[in-house]
Amino acid sequence: MSTATEKKSLSTSLIESLDLGQFSFADTQRSEAFKAFKATGFPEAKSEEYKFTPVTRSLTKHFSAPELSKQTGADESVKTLLNPEFSENRVVFVNGIYSKTLSSITADSKVTVQSLSEAVTADPSLLFDQLNTTDPFALLNSTLWSDGLYINVPKNVVEKKPLFIHHLHDANTEKVSAHTKLFITIDESASLQIIEKTDTQGDQPVFNTISEDIIVGENGAINYCKIQNDAGHLIQVANTTIHQHKASRADTYTFTLNGKLIRNNLNIIIDGEGCESHFFGLYLTDGDTLVDNHTTVDHKKPNSFSNELYKGLMAGKSKGVFNGKIYVRPQAQKTNAFQSNRNLLLSDDATVNTKPQLEIWADDVKCSHGCTTGQLDEEALFYLQSRGIPKGTAKAMLLYAFAGEVLETIKNEQLKNYIDSIVSERLHKSY
Amino acid sequence: MSKDNQVLEEFTSKEYEHGWTTDLESDSAPKGLSEDTVRFISAKKNEPEWLLEWRLKAYRHWTTMKEPQWPNVKYPSIDYQDIIYYSAPKQKVQPKNLSEVDPELIKTFEKLGISLTEQKRLTGVAVDAVIDSISVATTFKDKLGELGIIFCSFSEAVKEHPELVKKYLGSVVPPNDNYFAALNSAVFSDGSFCYIPKGVRCPMELSTYFRINAANTGQFERTLIVAEDASYVSYLEGCTAPMRDENQLHAAVVELYAMKDAEIKYSTVQNWYPGNKEGKGGIYNFVTKRGLCAGDHSKISWTQVETGSAITWKYPSCILKGDYSNGEFYSVAVTNNYQQADTGSKMIHIGKHTRSRIVSKGISAGKSQNSYRGQVHILKRAENARNFSQCDSLLMGDQCGAHTFPYIDVENKSAHVEHEATTSKIGEDQIFYCLQRGIDEEAAVALIVNGYAKEVLKQLPMEFAVEAQKLLALTLEGSVG
Amino acid sequence: MLKIKNIHARVEEKAILNGINLEVKPGEVHAIMGPNGSGKSTLASVLAGREDFEVTDGSIEFLGKNLLEMSPEDRAREGVFLAFQYPVEIPGVSTVNFMKTALNKIREYRGQDTLDAVSFLTLMKEKINLVEIDKALLNRSLNEGFSGGEKKRNEIFQMAMLEPKLAILDETDSGLDIDALRIVANGVNKLRTKDNATIVVTHYQRLLEYIVPDYVHVLYKGKIVKSGTKELALELEAKGYDWIKSEMEVA
Repeated sequence: MSTATEKKSLSTSLIESLDLGQFSFADTQRSEAFKAFKATGFPEAKSEEYKFTPVTRSLTKHFSAPELSKQTGADESVKTLLNPEFSENRVVFVNGIYSKTLSSITADSKVTVQSLSEAVTADPSLLFDQLNTTDPFALLNSTLWSDGLYINVPKNVVEKKPLFIHHLHDANTEKVSAHTKLFITIDESASLQIIEKTDTQGDQPVFNTISEDIIVGENGAINYCKIQNDAGHLIQVANTTIHQHKASRADTYTFTLNGKLIRNNLNIIIDGEGCESHFFGLYLTDGDTLVDNHTTVDHKKPNSFSNELYKGLMAGKSKGVFNGKIYVRPQAQKTNAFQSNRNLLLSDDATVNTKPQLEIWADDVKCSHGCTTGQLDEEALFYLQSRGIPKGTAKAMLLYAFAGEVLETIKNEQLKNYIDSIVSERLHKSY
Repeated sequence: MSKDNQVLEEFTSKEYEHGWTTDLESDSAPKGLSEDTVRFISAKKNEPEWLLEWRLKAYRHWTTMKEPQWPNVKYPSIDYQDIIYYSAPKQKVQPKNLSEVDPELIKTFEKLGISLTEQKRLTGVAVDAVIDSISVATTFKDKLGELGIIFCSFSEAVKEHPELVKKYLGSVVPPNDNYFAALNSAVFSDGSFCYIPKGVRCPMELSTYFRINAANTGQFERTLIVAEDASYVSYLEGCTAPMRDENQLHAAVVELYAMKDAEIKYSTVQNWYPGNKEGKGGIYNFVTKRGLCAGDHSKISWTQVETGSAITWKYPSCILKGDYSNGEFYSVAVTNNYQQADTGSKMIHIGKHTRSRIVSKGISAGKSQNSYRGQVHILKRAENARNFSQCDSLLMGDQCGAHTFPYIDVENKSAHVEHEATTSKIGEDQIFYCLQRGIDEEAAVALIVNGYAKEVLKQLPMEFAVEAQKLLALTLEGSVG
Repeated sequence: MLKIKNIHARVEEKAILNGINLEVKPGEVHAIMGPNGSGKSTLASVLAGREDFEVTDGSIEFLGKNLLEMSPEDRAREGVFLAFQYPVEIPGVSTVNFMKTALNKIREYRGQDTLDAVSFLTLMKEKINLVEIDKALLNRSLNEGFSGGEKKRNEIFQMAMLEPKLAILDETDSGLDIDALRIVANGVNKLRTKDNATIVVTHYQRLLEYIVPDYVHVLYKGKIVKSGTKELALELEAKGYDWIKSEMEVA
C-alpha cells in the first residue's frame, strides 16, 4: 500500500546514496559489480535462494542503507577478542580494515600474504571472476569491500602453519557495516591451511559480508576452517568459492556456534580430473539465531570424489537451514558424490528447513544424498540415566556424540581441541 | 558407442502403440477461451446456475494468474486461444444403456483393451470411459448402486447428486489453487465422480479410462472421490492419446476426500502420447492431484506409473489433517527420447501422529530429463509425525538427466523425517550376468528395470501391475546402458 | 566337446593369455590352477564371452561350433555355464524370476516349449533338494545381501536349473568356509554325468579334495605350463607356486 511517506526499499536507498568515489582502488570491478547488484538488488522475501533467510528484512530493521562504516573501529578496544591460541601467523581486520598492529605473520617467507587493496592497486587485473555469481551479497561485497587479503602459495610450497584470519568488529558505539575480500591462489603442488573467525564487541548491529575465492592448482591442497561464534548482533553473509584444478584436494569445515543471522554460501567447483573434496559443517544454534548453509558442488570433470556432512542442533527459537546442491555435468563420468545432512531439534520452537538437491547429467556416476530430522533419542537418554548418569550430563553426552562425527574429522590437533572445548562447554551449559 | 549403448538405442526406439485415431463425428466449441467459452460448456452440459458461477469465478481468477515457470521443464509457451476447450463425440441421444452407445465408440475402447460390455469385462473392475471431453459409458453402475456407491460421470453427478458435488467440489483443490487448476475449474468437461458411503468397502476396482481423440483439443477432466467414515475404495486411472504432431494440453484435477477411518487407494498408469523420437508432438500433462485425509486414522495412497506425455508436471499430494492419518506416494516415472518429467509429491503433516511415505523411482533414457520434486512439511502442531522418503534415479545412456529437489521443512521437534536419494545406472556386470544365463540384452534390461521399480509396481492392483510392467519395458525398448 | 587352440587374449593393451591349448571331453573334470594373475579367470571370461577381453589369436570349438563367434547369451543357450567368482546383485529381481526368464529363453532357443508355472516350480523343487539351498533365499532379490556362501550356493543352484553341458567354476571356493565348500562341492558332484564336463578354476588344492579332477593344468603367465592328474595338485600344494615360478624362470 502506498502512503504519503512511502518507505524506500533497502535496495533503492543504497543505490541512491552510494558514492563509489569514496573508494580509491578496484574502480572498474567495483562499478561493474555495482551495475550487476543494481539489477538484482537485495533478495526479496520470495526469492528461492533466500526464502527461509530474511537477510533483507533483518537489514532493513537496522540499516537505512548498509553503506560502509565511515567510523572505523579502534584496534585497542577490540584487542581482548583475540584468541591467544592462534597468536602466531595471524592476520586481523577491524571493521573491515587490515590492522597492521594486531597482525603478525610468521609464515614461510615464500608465501605472499598481502593486503588486497595494496595488491589490487599494484595490479588491477588481479581480481578473479568477480561477476561470475548471481548472489546479491557477493555482488554487494565486490561493490563495497574496503580491504582484504591476497595470498599466494607458490609451486611446491607446503605451508604447515595455519594462517589465522580474524575479522573483528567494534560495535561498542556505532553500527558496523564491514566488507572484506580474500583472494587466495595455491599453485601447483602447494598447500595451505586457513582458520577464519569472526568476533564482535558491543551490541550494535553489524552487517558483514566476506567473499573468498580460493584457486587450488594442480595437485594442490586447501584446508579451510570457518569459525562463527560471534556474541554480537551479527548479520553475516559469507561467499566462499573454491576452484579446484586437476588432482587437487579441498577440505572445509564450517562451525557456526553463535550469531544473529548467518548465511554461508560455499561453492566448490571441480574443474579438473581426480579431485577430492570433503566438507563438513556443524551448527549449534540457540536463542533466535538463524544459520543457513547453502553449499554447491559442481562436478565438471570426470573421476572426482566429493563428500559432504553437515550436522545441526537447534534449540530455543533458532532456525537451521540447509541447502546442498550437487551437480554432475555431462562430461563428469565416474564421479562419486555423497552428501548427508542430519538435524536434531531440541526445543518446541526450533525449526529446520533442508533441501538437498541432486542434478545429474552423467550416467556412470555414484551419487547419493540423505537427510534426517529428529529429536534426541529418549530411549538412549533413559538408558544412560538408568545407569546413574544425571539427565543433563546424559543429554550432553548424547549431543556430543552426535556432534562428534564432525569434530573427529578435524586434522589439526590444536584446532580440534579448541573447537571441541567450545562445543562441549556449549552442550553442557545451554542445551 | 559400446554395445550396451546400441541395444539401449534399439530399446528406446519402439513406437507408441496407441497412436491411431478413430473417425468420430464430434461436437466442439470453437477454438479459444473467453467467458463465452465457459458459458458454452456449461450450457452444453445443462448445468445449474451455481456451477456456471463457480466456473466463471475460476475463469476470472485464471486471467489474473501467470503460468508457473519454476518446474524443471522447457516448452514453447502455450497459446491458450489456439485450443479447443470442448469436444464431444456426437451421439444422437444420450445413451441410457450400453446398447445405445455408438458402436464406433465401443470399438475404440475395445481396441484399447477396455471392454465396456460388462460380461466381457473382468468382474473385478468397473469402468468409466471418457473420450475427449465427455464420459461415454460407465459399467457396473447398478451393482455398485445396491451398496450405495455412486460411480458415474461428473456430468451425471452434477444432475443426480448436486448436493454432494456442491459440497465437495473444490474442497481439496480450490479453484484458485494454481494456474492449471484454475483453468480446469473454468472449463472442465467431464470426469468421474465416486462416493463411498459410510462403512462400505467397495467390492471392485473402480476405473476411469481417458482417451483424447479429437485434434487440437485440450482435455480437462475432473475427478472427485469422497470416502465416508470407515469406507474403502481402490481407484484406477488409465489414459492414451493418438499420435499427433502438435502438442495437446491435458490439465486435469483430481480431488480425494477421506473421512474418519476411510481409505482411498488411487493408481494411475499414464500413457499419453509422448511425442515422436525427435520430440515432436505429445501431450502436456499438467495435472493437480491432491488428497485430504480429513478424518482421524484416514489413509490416502497414490501410486503412479508415468510412461507417457511429452511433459509431465504433477505432484499427487496428501494433506494429513486428521490425527493418525497416513499418506503414501509410490511413483515410477520413465522418460525417454525428449520427454520431460517434473513429478513428485507433497506431504503436509497437520494432525498429530501422522505418517507419510514417499517412494519415487525415476528412470531416464535417451535425451530426456527426469526430476523428482517434493515437499515434506511438518507443521508446528503435528506432534510425532513421521516421514520416510526414498528417491532413486536410474540413468540409461549419457545424454539424459536426473534431478532431485526435495524440500524438507520441519517445525516440530518430535518429527522424524528421513530422506534418501541415490543415482545409479544399469551395470554392465548385471547385464553380462543375465547374458551368461541365456537372457538376451533386451530382456535383461526389462528384468533389471522392473526389479528396480518393483517396490512401486507391487502397490498396483494385479491386472494393472502386469500392464505397467509391459509398458515400462516398451517405453524403454532400445535403451540399455 | 571343447577344443581350445592357441588362445591369445588381452585386456586393453595388456596380453593376459599367451597361447592356451586345452581339450575337454564329455564326462571329464579339468582343474585349472595357478598363482594370482596367471590368467585363470581371464580364461573363464573368454569362454563365457565377456567383452572386456579381446581374443587376438587362436580358436575355440564347442560341440563342433565356433564359440568365439557367438554372443554371450547364445553360448549360454548352447550349454556353457559360468559360475561367477563375484556373483552380481540385481535389486528387485528374485532368483526364481531370474531363472524362469533364463530357462525359458534357453528353451525357446532350443525350440522347446516354455515351461508353465507349475512345471517350473516342480523342477525348481527338485533342484532345491539337490543343492541344499534355502528356498526363502530364492525369493529374495538376486544375490542382494547374500553371504559369500549363499551367493556361491545360488550359483550352483542356477547351474542345476540350467543343466549346462560345460560348467566353468571360477574360483567358486574363494572365501568359503569348509562347510559351505562341502555343500557347494556336493552339488557339483551330484550334477556330474557322463555327458557333461566341468572346468574348475581355483587357486587352492582344497576344493579338489571334494571335486576330484581327471586332469590338472597349471597356468602361469598366460600359458599352461604343466598338466597332469590329481597328484599334480597335491604336489603343487606341497611345494607351492614358487616351485612353478622358479622352474619356469630356470627354463
